[in-house]
Amino acid sequence: MAKLDNQTVLHYLVKRFADDIHHVSEPYGLLTIETDTTHILDVLEFLKTDKNLQFGYLTDITAVHYPDLDKEFAVVYHVHSLVNNIRIRIKVFLDGNYPAIPTATVLWNGANWMERETYDFFGIQFVGHPDLRRILNVDDMEVFPMRKEYPLEDPNKVDKKDYFFGR
Amino acid sequence: MSDSISKIHNKPVYIDNDPQDELFTLNLGPTHPATHGVFQNVLQVDGERIVSGISTIGYIHRAFEKIAEHRPYYQITPLTDRLNYCSSPINNMGWHMTVEKLLEIELPKRVQYMRVIVMELARIADHIICNGILGVDTGAFSGFLYVMQEREFIYEIFEEICGARLTTNIGRIGGFERDFNETAFAKIREFLKRFPPVLKEFEELFSRNRIFIDRTANVAAVDPETALSYSWSGPILRATGVDYDVRVNEPYSSYEEFEFDIPVGTKGDVYDRYLVRNNEMWESLKIIQQALDKIENEPKGVFHADVPEFYLPPKEQVYNNMEALIYHFKIVMGEIDTPKTEVYHCVEGGNGELGFYLISDGGRSPYRLHFRRPSFINYQMYAPMSSGMLLSDAIINMSSLNVIAGELDA
Repeated sequence: MAKLDNQTVLHYLVKRFADDIHHVSEPYGLLTIETDTTHILDVLEFLKTDKNLQFGYLTDITAVHYPDLDKEFAVVYHVHSLVNNIRIRIKVFLDGNYPAIPTATVLWNGANWMERETYDFFGIQFVGHPDLRRILNVDDMEVFPMRKEYPLEDPNKVDKKDYFFGR
Repeated sequence: MSDSISKIHNKPVYIDNDPQDELFTLNLGPTHPATHGVFQNVLQVDGERIVSGISTIGYIHRAFEKIAEHRPYYQITPLTDRLNYCSSPINNMGWHMTVEKLLEIELPKRVQYMRVIVMELARIADHIICNGILGVDTGAFSGFLYVMQEREFIYEIFEEICGARLTTNIGRIGGFERDFNETAFAKIREFLKRFPPVLKEFEELFSRNRIFIDRTANVAAVDPETALSYSWSGPILRATGVDYDVRVNEPYSSYEEFEFDIPVGTKGDVYDRYLVRNNEMWESLKIIQQALDKIENEPKGVFHADVPEFYLPPKEQVYNNMEALIYHFKIVMGEIDTPKTEVYHCVEGGNGELGFYLISDGGRSPYRLHFRRPSFINYQMYAPMSSGMLLSDAIINMSSLNVIAGELDA
């Protein structure tokens, strides 16, 4: 089989989803695309089941918090095609007030704990998840600690503030 | 009889002569000696048979991802030590390589081979623990003690290289902090001589042992489709027959130049996992030997890349050399410039694909750092696969998954 490269993968995706795939980039050779909550499951399913692509291995799900953006949260999927030995990164930006996205557990069993971890730290609701509870933090915790508004250390500590370094 | 009870209660019944169909709740852990770490599983058992289970994790969660957002890159290395503490050097190297990928630093070949040696030694140390403990859990203690002595020797090598034994914090971004000294090389060569007979003895104790095979064969067998669906990686995935190894699929640190095989199993049971790990140790020995041979042909005394803006200058130069002082200040105070981008890098850790997803905003610490921890992802199948299993089988299943609490909880 001819080796699959990023352009070919992108070609297949654009042929299927057209404008729903946007912000394409390739940092360090890893194809990165963005899509939205209504299309994410279709994109993942297409990647997994298309016989030319076969992205059958879910490497990771995580999230990033960008408090300054309109859409504060980015959920990031890393999916791997073991057959073609190529990876793809898919991002979905979510609204900050009620961040919600369909669950990927319908496609991969392994998504269960990855989504629970993401929910635990960012408070992102994975709609349809069978068991969306906290996983690493205690059950009665009220905040989502990986959000940027929660400081790590004592806020009175000043020795490592950016303004000492001209920033 | 059992079918009718099953219909009424809508749950599986395993023992026919139990009229009340009572289940017993058993807390396995969090500090049970048989679990080798902080794992809690609340099991519903019917006699010796597990009906269902719920895993509770997070007992030693230390918020590494949050801490990492507040630390300069080189101060994150000690955090990675504490993920899989049975093979810390692999985590350290994985992190260094992630940052080097971000900064586009190309390492000299000799440094890459040195890293390969360190990583393969760590892999052997990791597999020694897992297979030794598997022996202990099946009731054979002596094999564990034989190989543990060799793990001790690996730790002596680490001590010679970097000064630490368990949480090594080995190397730096851009290379190593110092060259391997003569003693270190001598010890690595000695290890290559003394380890094979011990490993052979270990295999003779277990591989054809009737009791060991009875306890492990066909226990917790997993088919490749289920394993892939649960995103398994590492030796336990290879035991199911999937030949996915990051060292081959996406070679890093010049692994593509080495001749080695990827052992795969057929049934994915505990016995296969044991065999895969044992064979990987033999392959690691082959790799270390090749790396030593390759180092002979490289210029001596090279142990880091020539990147003064990222690699700390020698301390004596800091006092006498203006540029070294500037670089020293900039690196220590975190004034180095990093590109505003994101990078995913993975290495083959002791338990599988250990990934680092790093987002940089150009500052001195990551904007976001996520560890793809193989233990965390491998362990989520433990409770579902335990149902229907005997309690004693579930124990050896856990030790053969080699879940390390530090990596599980981050």
